[in-house]
Formats: sequence, C-alpha cells, structure tokens
Amino acid sequence: MSIWEYANPKKFMQTSAWALPWVAGLAAVSLGVGLVWGFFLTPDDYKQGSTVKIIFLHVPSAMMAINAWVMMLVASLIWLIRRHHVSALAAKAAAPVGLTFTAIALVTGAFWGQPMWGTWWAWDPRLTAFLILALFYLGYIALWEAVENPDTAADLTAVLCMVGSVFAVLSRYAVKFWNQGLHQDSTIMKVGEKDPIAPAYYLPLIVCIAGFVLLFVALVLARTRTEIRARRLQALLARERLA
Amino acid sequence: MIPDLGKYAVAVLSSYGLSVAMIVGLVLLSYVQGRRVKRQLADVEARQGKTDG
Amino acid sequence: MMSLLVRDLRLAFRAGGGFGLGLAFFLLVAVLVPLGVGPEGSTLAKIAPGILWVGALLACLLSLDRIFALDFEDGSLDLLATSPIPMEGVVAVKALAHWLVTGLALTLVSPVLGVLMNLPPAGFFWLVASLLAGTPALSVIGAFGAALTVGVKRGGLLLSLLVLPLYVPTLIFGAEVVKRGAQGAEVGTPLLLLAGITAGSVALLPFAAAAAIRVNLR
Repeated sequence: MSIWEYANPKKFMQTSAWALPWVAGLAAVSLGVGLVWGFFLTPDDYKQGSTVKIIFLHVPSAMMAINAWVMMLVASLIWLIRRHHVSALAAKAAAPVGLTFTAIALVTGAFWGQPMWGTWWAWDPRLTAFLILALFYLGYIALWEAVENPDTAADLTAVLCMVGSVFAVLSRYAVKFWNQGLHQDSTIMKVGEKDPIAPAYYLPLIVCIAGFVLLFVALVLARTRTEIRARRLQALLARERLA
Repeated sequence: MIPDLGKYAVAVLSSYGLSVAMIVGLVLLSYVQGRRVKRQLADVEARQGKTDG
Repeated sequence: MMSLLVRDLRLAFRAGGGFGLGLAFFLLVAVLVPLGVGPEGSTLAKIAPGILWVGALLACLLSLDRIFALDFEDGSLDLLATSPIPMEGVVAVKALAHWLVTGLALTLVSPVLGVLMNLPPAGFFWLVASLLAGTPALSVIGAFGAALTVGVKRGGLLLSLLVLPLYVPTLIFGAEVVKRGAQGAEVGTPLLLLAGITAGSVALLPFAAAAAIRVNLR
C-alpha cells in the first residue's frame, strides 16, 4: 500500500467516489457554520466596525489561492517525474478553483478597503501580487485550453507552472521593493504576540479556513473525476473513429 | 435577523454576497460539467458494450 | 552555432523580419504617450522611466512569436532538433539573435526617446544601463513563452498572456533603476537585482524552453 496506488485512475475513481461525499459534506458544514458564525455572531471591531466580518472570507480565500498554486506545482512535478495522468489532471482541475479564490480575495479586499483605506484598490504589494497571481492562473488555464493533445498540454503547463512559480515569488519580492504598502501583516500566526487577533474572531476564522480547505479538496476531487472521465471519453471516441 | 451592520452594511453584505455567489457558481459549474461528461461517457460505453472503468 | 546566429539575424533583417517593427512601435509609444498625457514637461519627466520601460517591453513582445514559429512551420526546427547542437543551445542562440535585433536596438535608440519624454539628464545613463542589463531577460523569457506556444495556431495572444506576468520583476526593477537614476538617488540595489534576474533567466530558462520545444516536436 503506497500513495502511488492512487495514481491508477481506476483506483483513484473508486477511492474518490467514496471520499467525495464526505469531504463535500464536511466542507459544506464547516463553511456554513464558520460563515454564519462569522456573519451573525461576532462583535463589531472598535476600529473596523462591521467590516471586520469580511476577514472570514478574505483570509481563507487568500490563503487557499496561494496554496492552490503550490498544490498545482507539486502535482506538476509529480507528473513530470512519474508520468501519472491523475496528477496532471488534478493540477488542471485545481486551476479554476485557485482563480476563483484569488478573485474572492481581491473582491472582498476591495469591499474592505473602500471604507477602511478610502479606496477600492491601492497598488499595495500584497494586492498587486494577488493581481499578478490571477494573471498567472489565467495564463495557465489558457495554455491548457489552447493545446489540443492532452499529454502535450500537461507537459507544457507543468513546465509553465514551475517557471511561473519562480517568477511569482520574484514578483512578490519585486513589488515589495517597489512599494512598501498599506496592507497590514498577517496576524493569524502570531497568537501570543502583541496585538493578537481576538478569540472572538479567531475561532470562527479557523472554522472558515478549514471550510475553505475542505471546499478546495472537494472541488479538486470532483473536477479531477470529471477530467479523468473526459479523457476516457476522448479515448473511446478516438477508438470508435478508428474502428 | 440580519445583524446591525451599521454604516458598513453595503460593504459587508456585498462581499458576502459576491463571494458566496462565486463559490456557488464554481460548485454548480463543476457539478454540471461533471454530470455532462459522466452521461456522455456512459452513452459511449453503452454503445461500445463496455462496462469497466 | 555561429551559422545559426548569422542565419537568424539575416532573416530578421530581411523584409518583414520584424526588425524595424519593434523600433517603430517603441517610437510610437514615446510619441503617443505625450499626446495623450499632455505636453507638461514635469509630468512627462515623472512618468518617463515607466513609459519607456513598458514601451521597450511591449516592443520586445511584438516579435517574440517569430523566434520559433516560422522554423516550426517550415520544418527547420525539426532539422535543428536532429542537428548536433543541443536544443538548449539552439534556444540560447535564437534568444541572442532576438536580443540583438530588438533588445540591443531598443537600448541604442532609447536616449532619443528619453529626449522626447523629457527624461531628466541624470536618467539617460541609467536608462541605457538598465535596458542593457534587463532586455536580455526579456528575450530569454520571451523565447521560453514562444517555445511553450510554438504548436498553438495563432498563439500570439496566448503568448502575451503567458509572458507578461513573467516580465513583472524585470519591469519593476528596470523602471526603478531609471526612476532613481533620474532623481539622482542610489541605484545599486535595483540594478543588481535586475542583473541577477537576467543572469538567472539566461542560465536556466533555455533548459525549460528546450524541454517545451521537445514536447512540442513530439
């Protein structure tokens, strides 16, 4: 028994068919609980007023937007090294999810920034880096769509993902250098330090983060299943044409 | 039912609304795509008389 | 390898080779921006570093799809793949040829456009220096993008979408050098970072591009 058994599409389909309802159900429950808790049951912040409730969407989606890219990078590497089709298709399946999370982070950030910073958009390093991340997602998805042969597309997008990761990190440091920025530092990992995030916000935030992680896993599982089926469909149709 | 959001109600409600809409949209899109591909595959498999996979 | 370089340069200078196109585009940017922004010298001087760098970057982008597409269509890329030169070398030579006809040319005409854009006198040296240090990265990154999209029909737009995000660090540091240079501030850090990106790209990206070409020729 090793993790590579799941690289077999059939095995993956069996296991994911069993796991998907559980993950999806847990995602729905934790997102529901987290967001309802965050929206209805948290106090207003003395400085930010009710806009503090936006963090329950903003922070988890921003975290997962980056993690989705990391997951795509790992899946791409596995594809390039071990040639498991499931891995390449999982990377393909994750990209639109990552793009959506990036969009959520940007939109909620804009709605938060408008009353707090007095502007919808500022060319702040974090914001700019996220906009660039969205461009990377768009390019990655566009390359998948443009190349007809699925194995060629998998190889090319995997190479793009690797090179893109390096340049995404470079861009992150470049924009930091370029502008010091308005965006506050992340406080979630700084429990115990000065000015920590209050428990009233911390607990629902953790639930929301868990919800976004589970949502991501569920969506990637479901979309990978679709991609595997689409590949099989293509193969069967090709055989039909040949016969 | 809706808590008092004060003067920031528009910002909070629209960010929740848009985010939930985007998530639901993505889930629905994935679901519809999955169903369509599954049905097409089932059709082709039935036509070719194959049941595995 | 030398003969490949000479051949590529010859093709570029021939009619329709795209040599003049990039330069003309660069010139047009420097003419159109003041027409759009207004003739105030101080405003132009302020935006000159950014506009000149963005103009150079877009001019570079124009001719990228020619790096491999023509050779791919007429089959000479297959010949190159079976030649004794490793594909990494082919990519490097082709990127060098692209740089000589666009990057270097843009660098040489940039002071003239700096005049049009009312760039402060202190900025001219750093404009040339930063373009000299940064445009090789643009060519190599562009060659990588062109290698990815070589099999795609009408891949020009896709190529831009893939390459532009990769250009971000180069653009930021390049424009920063000129901006600081024009203000008489210290330019060492951004210039070194810019040169570092160029060196890293030139050293590593030919391998990624060659891998992409091998995939596309499969």
